[in-house]
Amino acid sequence: MAASATAVIECRQLGKSYETLDGDPVTALEDIDLSISEGEFVCVVGPSGCGKSTLLKIFAGLLPYTSGSALLLGQPITGARRDIGVVFQSAVLLQWRNVLNNVLLPADAQGLRRDAYRGRARELLTMVGLAGFENKYPFELSGGMQQRVAITRALVHDPALLLMDEPFGALDAMTREQMNLDLQRIWMQSGKTVFLITHSIPEAVFLGDRVAVMTARPGRIAGVLTVPFARPRSLDVMATPEFGRIVTEIRKMLNVEQGID
Amino acid sequence: MTDTVPATVPSAVKPRPARKRRVRRDRRMQMILVPLVFVLAVGGWEAAVRGLGVSAFVLPAPSDIVAALRQGFATGILWEALKVTMLEIVLGFILAAASALTLGTLISQVRILEITIYPYIVALQTVPKIAIAPLIVAWVGFGIESKVVIVVLVAFFPMLVNTIVGLKATPEDKIDLMRSLAAPRWKIFYMVQLPEAMPYIFAGLSIGIVLAVLGAIVGEFVGAKAGLGYQIVQMNYNLDISGVFAVLIVLAVIGISFDFLTTQVRRRLLFWHKELG
Repeated sequence: MAASATAVIECRQLGKSYETLDGDPVTALEDIDLSISEGEFVCVVGPSGCGKSTLLKIFAGLLPYTSGSALLLGQPITGARRDIGVVFQSAVLLQWRNVLNNVLLPADAQGLRRDAYRGRARELLTMVGLAGFENKYPFELSGGMQQRVAITRALVHDPALLLMDEPFGALDAMTREQMNLDLQRIWMQSGKTVFLITHSIPEAVFLGDRVAVMTARPGRIAGVLTVPFARPRSLDVMATPEFGRIVTEIRKMLNVEQGID
Repeated sequence: MTDTVPATVPSAVKPRPARKRRVRRDRRMQMILVPLVFVLAVGGWEAAVRGLGVSAFVLPAPSDIVAALRQGFATGILWEALKVTMLEIVLGFILAAASALTLGTLISQVRILEITIYPYIVALQTVPKIAIAPLIVAWVGFGIESKVVIVVLVAFFPMLVNTIVGLKATPEDKIDLMRSLAAPRWKIFYMVQLPEAMPYIFAGLSIGIVLAVLGAIVGEFVGAKAGLGYQIVQMNYNLDISGVFAVLIVLAVIGISFDFLTTQVRRRLLFWHKELG
């Protein structure tokens, strides 16, 4: 396989353990093997506390890992990098900056010339449906719009990898479906590699080329499923028997591993 | 590609009109009721003093106070006192605010300073600084300097504590965001932590300016050669009670002006902050 040549993320036997305040050792992640190719959309589902956010933070360079290896574009991950975009569960906008200035935050944070990014920021804002909102402040936007700004901000510096940590978890169901459709469109237009964490199995299956199923204590990958549906997917795909079959399979993997079955 | 943009882009959130209308109605009522209470209170006061024949040594009538106020400014006594006290307040406040911001920044950013100095600050904060005023006068003298020192001492701590608390109040995810962008630490500080701390810092400044006025006056009570506090003591001594009330009015105007000023600056600077009073 030529995967290693184009792999954006490549981790082998990745593990993360730490000590609690009492000194008890905790294994947060164990034996994580995952490789993500360029342009691929990979989703991770798992119960709360399975370490999926920890995995994302390791990829983002925010947390060190304790065993195994993790490569980003062939280089070991040793800390935060400029070529990553992160979207968190909440939009994490700076309230004192208007929409355009929030989107330009990566340029400011990395000391890049704003002028070079302003055009791209406006283009991206149009792409996420926020043209004309450049001068609004976060408190003037709805939750869904704030998250769109956050996605735009994560894309403005043209990162090689987009990391999304339950980006739509705080939104209502209707907005969430719309955001899923929009994200698919943005992904198809931008061609970015996306690693998205969610606790919604249907969301993972709808969005992902592949879905990694994680289980808790210690956090490991129970299996990776390939989702065969053609792009662009419409919400109707969720009503197909095949979709239901994949969702059921994932649910079974989670339940067997957690001993709920 | 614009054809795939959803047709129903949600509109920006606007305050509900009903609530807006109620706020506007309350404002109108306030414009009438507040002055009305003032007129009734002052009128009642004047009538009571005159009707009951209360001695001017006990409680002067509002008209006497206005006369004393006029005379005080006409002779220049109140102007001179006002200038001295204002200088003490402004100088002391600026020094206190500047050092509180500087030290607060250092303590919040440098771990070793935090663990060694912060306990002292917490302990000192509970000590009534005003109690040291006589000592300060004994050490620094009766001139304006001792009052400036007292103002600094009294106004410093709340501003310092608010600065530290504010700079440490940045939500973890904002720091994570900046770190994920590989932002250098000084940029995390001035692009996120400092603006995030501004509401706290402004709350500290509002408390600080009130305490600065208090510190200057008490400092002058303890030992001074000039100033509004000094005037109060002198006039009290001479049983010039109308004069004392005149100074109190000047002090009230100072307090209200400072409060107005800080509120205006805060509103303009922190328009994005939801708890605007």
